[in-house]
Amino acid sequence: MKKLGRVFIGVVYAILYAPLLVMAVFSFNSAKSTTTFSGFSLRWYVNLFYDRSMRGILLNTLLISACAAVLATVLGVIAAYGIYKMRSKRLKSAVNTVTNIPLINPDIITGVSLMLLFTFFGTWFLHNSAILGFWTLLIAHITFNLPYVILNVLPRLYGSDVSLYEAALDLGCTKTKAFWRVVFPGIVPGIVSGFIMAFTLSLDDFIISYYTNGHFNILATSLYTAVKKPLSPEYYALYSLIFLTILLLLTAVNVIEIRSDRKNSTVKKKIGD
Amino acid sequence: MKKIVSLVLAAIMLAVPLILSSCSGGELADLKAELEGKLEGNYENDLAGTTLYVYNWGEYISDGEDDALDINAAFEAVTGIHVEYSTYDSNESMYATVSGGGVEYDVVIPSDYMIERLVKEDRLEKIDTSKLQNYKYIGDEYRDLFYDPDNEYSVPYAVGYVCLIYNNTLVDPEDVEDQSWSLMWNEKYKGQILGIDNARDALAISMFSLGIDVNTEDPAEWDRAADHLSEAVPLFQGWAMDQVFQKMEGENTAVAAYYAGDYFTMVYDMDDANGNGDHLSMYYPKEGTNVFYDACCILKGSKNYEAALLYLDFLMDPYIALQNAEYIHYACPNTAVTSNEEYSEYGNDMLYPTSEVKAEAYRHLDDEVVKHYTDLWNKIKSSSK
Repeated sequence: MKKLGRVFIGVVYAILYAPLLVMAVFSFNSAKSTTTFSGFSLRWYVNLFYDRSMRGILLNTLLISACAAVLATVLGVIAAYGIYKMRSKRLKSAVNTVTNIPLINPDIITGVSLMLLFTFFGTWFLHNSAILGFWTLLIAHITFNLPYVILNVLPRLYGSDVSLYEAALDLGCTKTKAFWRVVFPGIVPGIVSGFIMAFTLSLDDFIISYYTNGHFNILATSLYTAVKKPLSPEYYALYSLIFLTILLLLTAVNVIEIRSDRKNSTVKKKIGD
Repeated sequence: MKKIVSLVLAAIMLAVPLILSSCSGGELADLKAELEGKLEGNYENDLAGTTLYVYNWGEYISDGEDDALDINAAFEAVTGIHVEYSTYDSNESMYATVSGGGVEYDVVIPSDYMIERLVKEDRLEKIDTSKLQNYKYIGDEYRDLFYDPDNEYSVPYAVGYVCLIYNNTLVDPEDVEDQSWSLMWNEKYKGQILGIDNARDALAISMFSLGIDVNTEDPAEWDRAADHLSEAVPLFQGWAMDQVFQKMEGENTAVAAYYAGDYFTMVYDMDDANGNGDHLSMYYPKEGTNVFYDACCILKGSKNYEAALLYLDFLMDPYIALQNAEYIHYACPNTAVTSNEEYSEYGNDMLYPTSEVKAEAYRHLDDEVVKHYTDLWNKIKSSSK
């Protein structure tokens, strides 16, 4: 029975990672083909480095993801703290539900309705219907990132010890100081994971971006329109690099978290002793 | 420790864009020096620093991939006008964007029937071709075409035909002797035929083989074409657009209808990969086939009309047009390219077929007809799964 379970897990992982592996392998193909592997080469990685238009699109993608993730994290932490501090339970659950709607709402509805809102706003208030571009895309990305940040930060807030905060106030801290000195350090792991989640979500969003990006090209939308020719293996190379970066980031974060947790538990043990 | 993590994260996020952007300024200067003396036209202007918005099919311009010339960068290097380049995946999605508002473009590159529609709806700016120094290179056969009879609204960009591609190691020579669409209905190749995955092209193949006018507005004729097509469907391996490259190059498929320019892309890719490019052959079926013209237009209300004209002119420059034709592999309407012996498709009468090929362009059809054949198409597709 145990063996069967192992086999099952093996199959699941194989299905999850085989496509990535195939892509990575063909990014080292010396020819353009996706069926025959004609030899190992770094051709596509070198090409990628010299390809100005591809670099421009990558730059746009990273720019939008980074800006959206940073802004969504800031707003999300403020929102989460606000929800945490709410006195009325009914209001709290109402606000929680409202912030979760973008999570459940199909992307296509969010995308189309945002586009309508932007063009409506542009035509009536700015007298410019051609409003879609970097800023609208940024607003759209913040919109769908926000609930993820809140969802990551809130549990940390509920898990933190209220008495520590109260003790800080008793010992003469102002509310602001107490937040930064006591509450904030406790929720940093939630903030970091919320930020990383927001960043990766922005990085691969297609549907909402498709409706709101205007002139501003990002990887997902330009990949979608590449119909006149077979996809260049440069894309495989690029996506392999992105995957590798994310893998390294996540591993680093996990390792550091495990280490700091271990440190914390030894500290607690010492206090307990 | 966690502070360090966030610091590292922030540093990465800041560093990557900086590294990426830092190396682009000098590149334009290098590109300009590289182009020195190669261009024929004079592109001096007083529009440097302005932005031109160009909207084209994806992967439909030489963009610096795989050591090819980056034409948009070249334009920016030579003229100082910044090109903001976006792409679309079909004429219809381009139309939706352009007509829907929310974003403005100066230059678009649609196909013939879509140009016809844009002209009809008064969405295009007139182009005075006498102001374009390189317009003289446009071949006579690409002027005065149905979608723009007086050459007022468009400048030809690329031309293509639908052809029948087959793997000559899998298909018997006697089955292709009559050079007919009937190969797609041949029971012998059951499970080895690939259907073309868009309504108009798929139904048109059926119409050509039945001898129906592909621009008919009679619903009964479309029904007949759909019935005929569904007879071939059981023989199909599946439906494909750009997956056709993988299938044909992997030699998993014997027969597929696709665009002639892409046939050459397949052959070159296969030569590059394993030297098997000669396994693929193609012909233009004798019953007739579709020809399409993609042409550059300037949208009404363009805020940078002069720069748009300059861009169209630049695309027709013999050197630029040659680089582009080498990259996209579709037939080039520029005589300076087709008469250039260094052009790798020089004298290629497969890519530049003579008038013996019976070719018909698609025309813009009424919404009702489009709806009717889309319904037929959806029915065929849903029953084939």
